[in-house]
Amino acid sequence: MQNVANLSAPVGGLKPSKRHGKKPVRLSQRLLIVLAAFLSVLLIGFPLLVIFTYAFREGIAVYLEQISQPATLHAIWLTVLTALVVVPINMIFGICVAWLITRFRFPGRGLLITFIEIPFSVSPIVAGVTYLFLYGSQGLLGPFLESHDIKIMFTVLAIFLVSLFVTSPFVARELIPLMQAQGSDDEEAAITLGANGLQTFFYVTLPNIRWALLYGAMLCNARVMGEFGAVSVVSGAIRGQTNTLPLQIELLFNDYNVTGAFAASSTLAMIAVVTLVLKYLLERKQFS
Amino acid sequence: MSLFSKSSRRGILPGFSLTLGVTLLYFTLIVALPLLAMLYKSFNLGWSDFWDIVSSERAVATYRITISAALLATLLNALFGVLLAWVLVRYEFPGKRLLDAVVDLPFALPTAVAGLALVTIFSTNGWFGQYLEPLGIKIAYAPLGIALAMMFTSIPFVVRTVQPVLEDVATDVEEAARSLGATNWQIFASIIWPAIFPAFIAGCSLSFARSLGEFGAIVFISGNLPFETEVMSLLVFIRLDEYDYPAAAAIATVMLIIAFVMLFITNSIQAWQLKYAERS
Repeated sequence: MQNVANLSAPVGGLKPSKRHGKKPVRLSQRLLIVLAAFLSVLLIGFPLLVIFTYAFREGIAVYLEQISQPATLHAIWLTVLTALVVVPINMIFGICVAWLITRFRFPGRGLLITFIEIPFSVSPIVAGVTYLFLYGSQGLLGPFLESHDIKIMFTVLAIFLVSLFVTSPFVARELIPLMQAQGSDDEEAAITLGANGLQTFFYVTLPNIRWALLYGAMLCNARVMGEFGAVSVVSGAIRGQTNTLPLQIELLFNDYNVTGAFAASSTLAMIAVVTLVLKYLLERKQFS
Repeated sequence: MSLFSKSSRRGILPGFSLTLGVTLLYFTLIVALPLLAMLYKSFNLGWSDFWDIVSSERAVATYRITISAALLATLLNALFGVLLAWVLVRYEFPGKRLLDAVVDLPFALPTAVAGLALVTIFSTNGWFGQYLEPLGIKIAYAPLGIALAMMFTSIPFVVRTVQPVLEDVATDVEEAARSLGATNWQIFASIIWPAIFPAFIAGCSLSFARSLGEFGAIVFISGNLPFETEVMSLLVFIRLDEYDYPAAAAIATVMLIIAFVMLFITNSIQAWQLKYAERS
């Protein structure tokens, strides 16, 4: 049962390859490799390439001019701000969930593992709609919020909340398999020797999980910065006020400013590439 | 609160009530409460209004379009995923680590960026579109584009579920079979395929579930025509734009129910996969 969370984490986590493959000897084996590489270039390589090609096709000067438009700059700022708020909160939540699930046995534990994965199964659009029907003027708390003059929907706060929803499982799903595999012997030893809970966490647990925690935070960050569907429902997309970078891309594209849309996209694509490079480096660090 | 009183028998590690409290509070506020609010809204419609909305012609067309595109995307990803997993586990070749890293790109790349890139490549004047459209293959602003966007955003699922299981397939059984005269194809069909099958099915169901809810990549490439290239998530968005909140709530509820059914199916498959792995 404890591995269910691991199996439902197809992002791969930080797992080393257990065994080295063989050198391809036969022609059919080489053909399989060529086919896999060809399809990957076609389906994954070209979409990445087209972003940078179109972003820079009118030269670096136009690129810089597009990227430094006030609306795009503001969208970048809002996107970074959202990540700065959401990622630390979900890191704390992820650590709490992982500690609870891997260090204790209690009734409902299996159910909890399933429940915390719910945000991954829900369409981003549905996530946005649920918040609208909680905090919007049509929503459950709408009349109450209005009578107290509190506005949540179509503000930055709504973007924070819906981003918290969408990315809440990321850190936990990286930590649970690792903390399960490590067991709690080290922590029990520390407690027995007289350390308190916080000391045990900071001196024993945290050093053991730091790379998985960092990787979970990176994945969480990439998703927060790139979230489109959920944010587009709750933001109201007021230009220069509640437009995050992915929404700004759609706006520029609909305005037929293709170079501008690709210039804005290139910043997010770079973050995606950095995330993958970090994953590669962390994998080597953890298992070297 | 019997949950708390038992903590003394729960070993010596501290933090049970703290982490349980934080987890339950956060989950309730951030995940459960919004979901319940939407279900409540939908429930308040009454059954006949709800049914009228979700069985309207336009809504039914979106189910048909979404499900058929998701099936096609999942089928293609199943083939591509097994090929990639096989090549990454079984062979050593230059650029293998790069290929392994690139597979995760669709999860790291924002869906809106993916949609923008795909529509540019496959539009009439695009890198691929200019060669495909004279052949009569229309992808951008057509149903195939929806399947392509779904496929791109869920490429890693099958690879990443099959890969670790394939790594664990014991080579001694294979070598025994080979020494007894089995052909490569016989070895694959009767030893390897049964071993990776549960993981393969789990990966496919994750890919299918993700495709059903996809929005960001699809809005760029699909053209968004009612009855032709309109998916479920887009119809919800359009109803919101028209301030038709009951319709948005009802269709979003259908999507939520489908998501829960898929979550249940995926979890059952994964539980089966675990039992299967323990037995073999």
